[in-house]
Amino acid sequence: MSRARQKPKLAVWKFASCDGCQLSLLDCEDELLDVVGAVEIAYFLEASRATTAGPYDLSLVEGSITTAQDAERIQEIRKQSKFLITIGACATSGGIQALRNFKDVKDFISVVYASPKYIETLKTSTAISEHVKVDFELHGCPINKVQLLEVINAFLNQRKPNIASHSVCMECKRRGTVCVMVAHGTACLGPVTHAGCGAICPSYNRGCYGCFGPMETPNMPALSKWWKVELGVSDPNLVRALRTFNTNSKQFKEESERHE
Amino acid sequence: MSSPKKSKTRTIKVDYLARVEGEGAMFIKLAGGEVKEVRLEIFEPPRFFEAFLRGRNFTEAPDITARICGICPIAYQMSSINAMEDLCGVSIGGQLRELRRLIYCGEWIQSHVLHAFMLHLPDFLGYQDAIQMAGDHPDLVKKALRMKKLGNEIMNIVGGRAVHPINMRVGGFYRVPTRDELLTLNDELSWAIGVAEELVHFTGELKFLDFEQDYEFVAMRHPDEYAIIDGRLISNRGLDISVREFDEHIQEEHVRHSTALHARIKARGNYFVGPLARFNLNFEQLSPRAQAAAKRSGLGKRCNNPFKSIIVRSVEILYALELAQEIIGKYKMPERPYVEVKPKAGTGYGCSEAPRGICHHRYTIDEEGTIMDARIAPPTSQNQKTIESDLANFVRARIELPHDELQWQCEQAIRNYDPCISCSTHFLRLHIEQE
Repeated sequence: MSRARQKPKLAVWKFASCDGCQLSLLDCEDELLDVVGAVEIAYFLEASRATTAGPYDLSLVEGSITTAQDAERIQEIRKQSKFLITIGACATSGGIQALRNFKDVKDFISVVYASPKYIETLKTSTAISEHVKVDFELHGCPINKVQLLEVINAFLNQRKPNIASHSVCMECKRRGTVCVMVAHGTACLGPVTHAGCGAICPSYNRGCYGCFGPMETPNMPALSKWWKVELGVSDPNLVRALRTFNTNSKQFKEESERHE
Repeated sequence: MSSPKKSKTRTIKVDYLARVEGEGAMFIKLAGGEVKEVRLEIFEPPRFFEAFLRGRNFTEAPDITARICGICPIAYQMSSINAMEDLCGVSIGGQLRELRRLIYCGEWIQSHVLHAFMLHLPDFLGYQDAIQMAGDHPDLVKKALRMKKLGNEIMNIVGGRAVHPINMRVGGFYRVPTRDELLTLNDELSWAIGVAEELVHFTGELKFLDFEQDYEFVAMRHPDEYAIIDGRLISNRGLDISVREFDEHIQEEHVRHSTALHARIKARGNYFVGPLARFNLNFEQLSPRAQAAAKRSGLGKRCNNPFKSIIVRSVEILYALELAQEIIGKYKMPERPYVEVKPKAGTGYGCSEAPRGICHHRYTIDEEGTIMDARIAPPTSQNQKTIESDLANFVRARIELPHDELQWQCEQAIRNYDPCISCSTHFLRLHIEQE
């Protein structure tokens, strides 16, 4: 084992986000000590003040790009990283802060801050992939920690991550959860939403709210029609449902615009 | 590096403070042995929650505001729910209220264990991080991880998942757990209560820097409970107000070096929220076991040294574990998981004790339930001014220390607050500069 002597270097980077996805790594309580046995935590400020200079074998990127400085920083991180994986809805689609993309950000600043001139921000919140090449995108708001371990494992062993790209519906079937939309008339984004959470919401008697973003090939018009015709959901309610944590993902964005 | 004694100008800077949640820096400027300027720079990019909450339905606030912070989502969900229920004239009692307290215990446990034993403790034992610490203290780190997992497990069962739980709603829950689901937690809680007691004792034996300040502590007060999810707002200097009166007494200011607003009590100035405030104001309401553990660890009924917040967090972990077990022991599954809440035009106020201190929300909605205005005061932004004043006073007495040591101690003085910068931005690089 020629690689055995030198552990691969893992870095965790943060942009505009809530810290929840990187927390998922620390939430791997049973596996954390094994993970740090297998990799060198070279840069992970939430957990350690010790940092090692790049290059890094694997970079996990949390958060979206919302400032000019961050747009430059991600370029440097890409240059320093052999593999770059985005973790979570912010990094993968721009996050809930991408709601600014539909409005004039100046209005947003003045709502929150008394002295807008102190605030430097871009007009949009964008996914990491709009700025640099991304090797893999892990969905979720928040990500599923079991999937995070799988992705780290796969990249360190140079294999494809075993992450399903089908919809939440499949997860409900596998769990044996009765369809909340068909059986209870509860509006659910499960049919168009990327699997990964394990279909939590329907098992708690609520509809999926799309926090994992669109699946690979979602049939958006069919979903909208069902919501409107079968469930009587109004256009504004449909638009708001599509505009949450993955509001800037192509399919959710375009479908929401069709119903504005 | 220049010697601090020869040089007139001294800069201590940390561009990205570590083992805090979110991004910030510290800037300290020293000139001729005097502290000229202290700035806690919060450069976490703003995300404008209060702006994009406008136009959303009042029922959406818990899921949206949870995303302010991945470490304490329940605090945001609970405070926003409290505000909406206040606004609509609904009061939730009985087992639904107990379930809210239970999931909040889960959040306190996971957040406090993370901070006390994985982020804060390495400072006391001289390690860069918990991973390095685990090399020499594997049993300690494993116990902490197991306890953190239990906190997360409470959140999983009651809330559906640990980060951004999905089960909290205005009026109650989407689905309430069965008694059997909750009872699966019981054995682990019994184990953890014993270990938490040991850890209170262990943290009491740590060596603490001598740093006592005269603070105004602000926390919630409930007549019958160590307040977590509701109560009045009180302080050790006479503040005693309802959650509705927050804006009349507390002012938020926007300063150039921070994307988080600074809060102050209008009549007096900066104040201190979080575990130390709760402990000092509500000690008598802790369980007998938690009070006894605190006394054995050497804490009095009052503690004015923020470095000792690690003991206080351990006491609160013990308390939250006991409370969780008590709630589960008495739990009877409610017949209805929630109470229907109809929107009413008006302004509502909500507050709860996030792991880091009071988290205050205010919303105005119209008769359709659409949010017209939102204001959120997270705990770390309320502590910002106190952190800055701590740093100024702390550095003043330690100017002769070697640069690296002073820098590390300054970082620790900040970490005492378990600052959550993602929350407050709505925090940390460290510069210390001497002219």
